Amino acid sequence: MKKSMTSKYPQVLFQNRKPDRIATLDEYRLSGGYKALEEVLRKHSPKDVCRLVGEADLRGRGGAGFPAAKKWLAVPDDGAFPRYLAANADEMEPGTFKDRVLIHADPHSIIEGMILAGYAFSGQKGFIFVRPSYESSAAILERELKIARQAGFLGNNILGSDFSFDIVVHRSGGRYICGEGTALLNAIMGKRPNPTKPPPYPTVKGLWGKPTVVNNVETLANIPHILRNGSEWFKSLSQAPKASGTKLFCVSGRVVNPGCFELPMGARLNEIIDDCAGGLPPGLQFKACLPGGASTRFLTPDLYDIRMDFDSMAAAGHRLGTAAIIVFDRDTCLVGATLNMIEFFARESCGWCTPCREGLPYVRDLLWRIEHGEGKEEYIPLLRDLCKYLWNSYCALAPGAVSPVESLLTYFEHELHEHISQKRCPYT
Amino acid sequence: MLPKELEESLSEAIAHAEDSREKAIDVMFALQEHYGYMSDHAMVEAAGLLGMTPLELEELATFYNFIYREPVGKYVIHICDSTICWMNGYQSLADYLRSRLGITMGGTSADNLFTLLPVCCIGYCDRAPAMLINRKVYGRLTPEKIDHILQKLRAEAEAQASQTG
Repeated sequence: MKKSMTSKYPQVLFQNRKPDRIATLDEYRLSGGYKALEEVLRKHSPKDVCRLVGEADLRGRGGAGFPAAKKWLAVPDDGAFPRYLAANADEMEPGTFKDRVLIHADPHSIIEGMILAGYAFSGQKGFIFVRPSYESSAAILERELKIARQAGFLGNNILGSDFSFDIVVHRSGGRYICGEGTALLNAIMGKRPNPTKPPPYPTVKGLWGKPTVVNNVETLANIPHILRNGSEWFKSLSQAPKASGTKLFCVSGRVVNPGCFELPMGARLNEIIDDCAGGLPPGLQFKACLPGGASTRFLTPDLYDIRMDFDSMAAAGHRLGTAAIIVFDRDTCLVGATLNMIEFFARESCGWCTPCREGLPYVRDLLWRIEHGEGKEEYIPLLRDLCKYLWNSYCALAPGAVSPVESLLTYFEHELHEHISQKRCPYT
Repeated sequence: MLPKELEESLSEAIAHAEDSREKAIDVMFALQEHYGYMSDHAMVEAAGLLGMTPLELEELATFYNFIYREPVGKYVIHICDSTICWMNGYQSLADYLRSRLGITMGGTSADNLFTLLPVCCIGYCDRAPAMLINRKVYGRLTPEKIDHILQKLRAEAEAQASQTG
């Protein structure tokens, strides 16, 4: 079966998605693109935009779920100028590739979203932060920015208004931590991208000491649709009572059709895996999944029909994260998978704080020994302690990194015992 | 020495930035492409363009996965070793690449054409197992596909060498 481009649900962010190319400016405009910008510049104040997006309850799609409008309103009215917007397209969370698919589907929705977000807090300049493995995305964005500029949507006095805003693509040298908001800002400024701890918040003192908003590109792409169709429409897209809009779900791992799918926020996990991604290959059985990228907890079969939205996930002790679902079957060793993820986090730790720099390699070493038949029973309580201590690290990388480990210990401790008692990996 | 044209285009990009350091990665990518890697000499040159000390630039060069401070081959292969590629046969493909190129992970082939490096998730989990060669993606890899890619790149390098030679 080919990946379906149609869905029984409204396609908002993917309405112009094509199998092999981006939607051009003309195609985006035919679908209503840049109408929101025209109307906003004619009729609405920046505060109106904040209010409308606030009423729609648009929450950050990068993982944290922070209300977008609240972030814009956190820029003080008397805050300094120029003000900056950083669009985060630095997704490097294993399993996550939605930003790439979105950029390759409808880049102008991101560009229009950025201009509108910039307007909402009276910003002057936007940066789209793109990772090196997405060079094709960076090239697309640069080309389309130029086209938008020529059409009068970007630059000085946009569409004849007194609002001026421009956007540049910022290429990263490639490092997971750059996706963390404050690290991303250091990266743009050409500083070593260690995270910094607020206060001051970037919305008060960000890039070069000026107010700066960091929004995920998926979050930004929603804004034109909200302003064009209204807050109530946006809320009605969701299947969960306290959520809004649609969500781009990535499904990878042991499924027939890995891919990125747009479904209502609050869609059920089984629907995403079975209906969209074609389920597990014949003969394989679902053991667990990571529902929101590698820094979320293993989710077990008893929650296979859980609703995928921020609140429903939180109520079940899980995180929606980036909504990147990684599916594991019963024949896949979760100790090995967790070891692989800790390898990732240990390598990508920026090294700034001791718990993360020293703790993650320690966890990796213990898991490596267990996976390779050199484990001891006493490693299990030691792993538990280490996970606890890692919560003391400076930023969210290490607490995210230990999420698969903690949930491995909670739900799959027997797999660890089997490795230890058999002195080998039972899955090889 | 950098060609005048390249130096001028970099200087112009720097002049348009909010702050010259903002262009540190772009400048390093450009010099890396020109020299093959960020040699000590290239670091001094890049730092000069950016108004930074070489040490300040070193803080960045050593931080990023795609800045090379040691000589690399004409084609740098970054093979993804994160979760989804791992599930889909990363290890056997990495072993295959190593034996085909006669190198260990991190090494460069004797003909100086290929360097093999591991890389964390490159965001092509829907096309796992995947790798990048000079930042271009190759997905759904198999040993046959790898042979085909290596062969194509070898031919490309040969054609370029005969053109310039």
